[in-house]
Amino acid sequence: MSNDNAANDVPGRRRILKCMAAAGAGTLWLMNGGVLKAYAMGDEASAAQAAADASFSFVQVSDSHIGFKHEPNMDVAGTLAAALARISARPTPPDFVVHTGDLTHLSRPDEFDTVAQLMQGVKTQRVLFIPGEHDVIGDNGAAFFQRFGQKQNAGGWYSFDYGGAHFVALINVLNLKSNGLGYLGEDQLAWLKKDLAGRSAETPIVVFGHMPLWPLYAAWGWGTEDSGEAMTYLKRFGSVTVLNGHIHQIQQKVEGTVTFHTARSTAYPQPAPGVGTGPGPLKDLGTRQLKAYLGIRDVQHVQGQDAVTVADEVLA
Amino acid sequence: MNARHRTVALPRPLSRRRLMHETLAAALLASGALAARAGPSYGGAAKPEAVAATDPQTKAVDIKNFAFVPATLTVAVGTRVVWTNRDDEAHLVASSDGAFKASPAMDTDDSFAFVFDKPGTYAYFCAIHPMMRGTIVVR
Ligand SMILES: [Cu+2]
Repeated sequence: MSNDNAANDVPGRRRILKCMAAAGAGTLWLMNGGVLKAYAMGDEASAAQAAADASFSFVQVSDSHIGFKHEPNMDVAGTLAAALARISARPTPPDFVVHTGDLTHLSRPDEFDTVAQLMQGVKTQRVLFIPGEHDVIGDNGAAFFQRFGQKQNAGGWYSFDYGGAHFVALINVLNLKSNGLGYLGEDQLAWLKKDLAGRSAETPIVVFGHMPLWPLYAAWGWGTEDSGEAMTYLKRFGSVTVLNGHIHQIQQKVEGTVTFHTARSTAYPQPAPGVGTGPGPLKDLGTRQLKAYLGIRDVQHVQGQDAVTVADEVLA
Repeated sequence: MNARHRTVALPRPLSRRRLMHETLAAALLASGALAARAGPSYGGAAKPEAVAATDPQTKAVDIKNFAFVPATLTVAVGTRVVWTNRDDEAHLVASSDGAFKASPAMDTDDSFAFVFDKPGTYAYFCAIHPMMRGTIVVR
């Protein structure tokens, strides 16, 4: 799995690389002519030309699960730090970095501390967050919002314009019902409708959420109960990109002008929809299983030597 | 790699209505002081050793593979139900209708207990994975 040369062959580095291969290092998004395109982090060669033409870029990291300490990753802070180091090493810093939730594993103060500390060090102008269900345990997100939230709306959701695009950050991990799906709620939907109403259909729209905003695999709660309603407001736009975390693997779906992507976790992969007993961490990360999960044809590229676009990595 | 088996005496109920949080310090895991897991079998090591005759009767629910096992448990009034998380993912136990206060987030091998002292049907779920549902029937 690791082709480190002898000079690099020290246990710590080897282990980090192994973890990085398992975990994923974030996704670089380049906006070009109103269309967002994804690149695996660390692949400078492939992204270089696109980066030169891009109007702006940002990096999505997700599901760092700080506080998780089991196989396959006993050092989730280390793998998040490594992912962030790759961002900081970019020749052109991304305009911002967005963390799409599950910053922590158990919503504990020390876990939030670690995340804050690590994210503070990344070389970019702005860092944005949205909560995952692991960040709102026990207090409906009070601790999360206090430290990482935007104060734009009481519910924590927000929007902003950047580089000619309109960004919307949705929260779908609160007030979950027993169907296991994410939930936006009436207030947020009403806000979203209003937020999008006056905008030209030519405006590229980018939506962030934690749980998938499309019915991906309901039996494991991989979807959002009322995402259909949100889509009715979004589908009139010419370019909509919806970015989620939560499922710790790349999945993509295109529906009209709307493209949905889910991101990898910086902590550990989860099984493909419906494979195995449940969406728990994949512990056995032999090369074969790893490829099967992450949809990667060549593990090398995960280590940054042969990046492909997200589209190339989609699982069937 | 996982230090699974721990012997922990859960605090005894101070009163029958009292809700007990029995979240264990995660630091224990890292301390290396715990015995290594021998195999995939899950012993009852996290159960209280000293469930004395004076304690209410104790019944266990395991949280395993994103499910409560057994999903439906029928107990006598006054039974103390102890949930123990056997997954490497965090879970918690939350009453569907607020009949009891939700557990804190339970890491691997953490336990949570509640004494059911009134007859009824108590539906609960995991607030992190709401598709995980269970029922305690108290007779
Ligand atoms: Cu759960």
